[in-house]
Amino acid sequence: MPSETVIATFYVFILAAFLGYQVISRVPPLLHTPLMSATNAISGISLVGSLVTAGAHQTTVSAVLGFIAVVCSTINVVGGFVITDRMLKMFKRKATPDKKE
Amino acid sequence: MKTYFIEFSYLLASILFILGLRGLSHPETARRGMHLAEFGMVTAVIGTLLQREIISYEWIIAGLLLGSTIGLAMGVWVPMTAMPQRTALSHAFGALAASLVGVSEYYLHGAKLGEFRMSAVGFEVLLGSLTTTGSLVAFAKLQGLVPGTPLTYKGQNIFNLSLLGVTIGCFCILLFHPAAAALFYLMLGLAFIFGILLVLPIGAADMPVVISLLNSYAGLASAATGFAISNNVLIIAGTLDGGSGFILSIVMCKAMNRSITNVLFGAFGSVTETAAATSTGDMREANLGDVGVQLAYARQVVFVPGYGMATAQAQHALRELADALEDRGVTVKYAIHPVAGRMPGHMNVLLAEANVPYSQLYELDHINPEFPTTEAAVVVGANDVVNPDARDNPQSPITGMPILEVDRAKLVVVLKRGRGKGFSGLENPLFYKANCEMLYGDAKDSITRLTQAVRQA
Repeated sequence: MPSETVIATFYVFILAAFLGYQVISRVPPLLHTPLMSATNAISGISLVGSLVTAGAHQTTVSAVLGFIAVVCSTINVVGGFVITDRMLKMFKRKATPDKKE
Repeated sequence: MKTYFIEFSYLLASILFILGLRGLSHPETARRGMHLAEFGMVTAVIGTLLQREIISYEWIIAGLLLGSTIGLAMGVWVPMTAMPQRTALSHAFGALAASLVGVSEYYLHGAKLGEFRMSAVGFEVLLGSLTTTGSLVAFAKLQGLVPGTPLTYKGQNIFNLSLLGVTIGCFCILLFHPAAAALFYLMLGLAFIFGILLVLPIGAADMPVVISLLNSYAGLASAATGFAISNNVLIIAGTLDGGSGFILSIVMCKAMNRSITNVLFGAFGSVTETAAATSTGDMREANLGDVGVQLAYARQVVFVPGYGMATAQAQHALRELADALEDRGVTVKYAIHPVAGRMPGHMNVLLAEANVPYSQLYELDHINPEFPTTEAAVVVGANDVVNPDARDNPQSPITGMPILEVDRAKLVVVLKRGRGKGFSGLENPLFYKANCEMLYGDAKDSITRLTQAVRQA
């Protein structure tokens, strides 16, 4: 791998870390559980790597490993987003109209 | 041209992920943010499917279908009380995926990987494997398949650290001799074992830190995958996840006044009684009718939920009690300690599920000044987070941990399953104070009876 690519990759990593710190420190403790399941779903992006491994079909072993990886990351992506949305739907500022207020 | 399109889809996905997480800074914008992130994910997947390395789609389609089915089922059916277990399990899935991609990379390219990619693959497999088994153990503990108490033996830390040392040693040798396949698979196996041994000695009460830390590792494993296959969106998303987990672990550690090393190697919860056993006197059992009257005629009542509320599924009953009190003009607030429950934000989600508006949920710093003017504080299945020893007794193992100062309220009602100690095994002097009354039994049951008492008062 050419050294420019390696350096550029590290830039991306470091800048993402700074940005992540800024963005995530602003999430209130109220939403820490949805935050965790959301970041979990997002890091299911390793699906991208799994897809290439499963689809490149170089050997049966790599295809099987890729297949399991695709299943695992898809569970995280789909399950993670569904459950995050389910949680976020519940957070309300005011009590629901079935009662007073 | 196609390469540009693919790279653009990744760039778009990265931007949407960041905007999505930014939406989480407020409950009002959170859902919209997540929809952006979902769109980003779809974009990235479509972009990937166009890559020319992909020549066959059977495995992919089968995997996507199977994964979506399981994911959807889990997403829809898992109850909110089981959120810590589900989170631990999903860390295991994410980490396993990263680890397998790494193994496949090594299997295909082996010695041809070169130093940089070898180190990326090494990190990926190392972090991925230990997170997989570690998260599975955490899951088993939270689900109650394995006792939540710390499993310890003599020389445990030395053994674990030497195991980690050997594993890292394998990794270092591999950097210089990438062809040594045996070492690679030895490292893989050792990392799996280390993950188990790392989490076994950690008690259930420390799970918020462990889950956050495993979250961080799973994210970093994804980021390492990004380095290995030089894919920027993987690096960005993985780093965001890793950073988020890291920040949460620090928040959790601060809330317990402990360091990460202490949580990982301290085997908290196995501490034997020393200085804390000084509290004597009686724990007074509350008279239900009297408590009902006192709550009903209070100006302000503060509820303090803990893990006991989750196990008893008492959040809905608690909401009904709050309704009964509000009907009588009582101000009701909820005090949330950062480490109440088994994962960050656990209590907030359960109360939101029971339809409690988030404007009634108060953080530690905001509610503590209010306790001296609060007529009644009701502790629902919380113990260590209201233990005044943390503030008053410098010899206490939890000294310095920020607590909810319920003992300053005029009346404290503690709902507790039995007379036993909390998960940390510590004596709680709060229970012996003159203004504290105990209500034993299942939390849900006690709250329902309390609601009736309030309505009759």
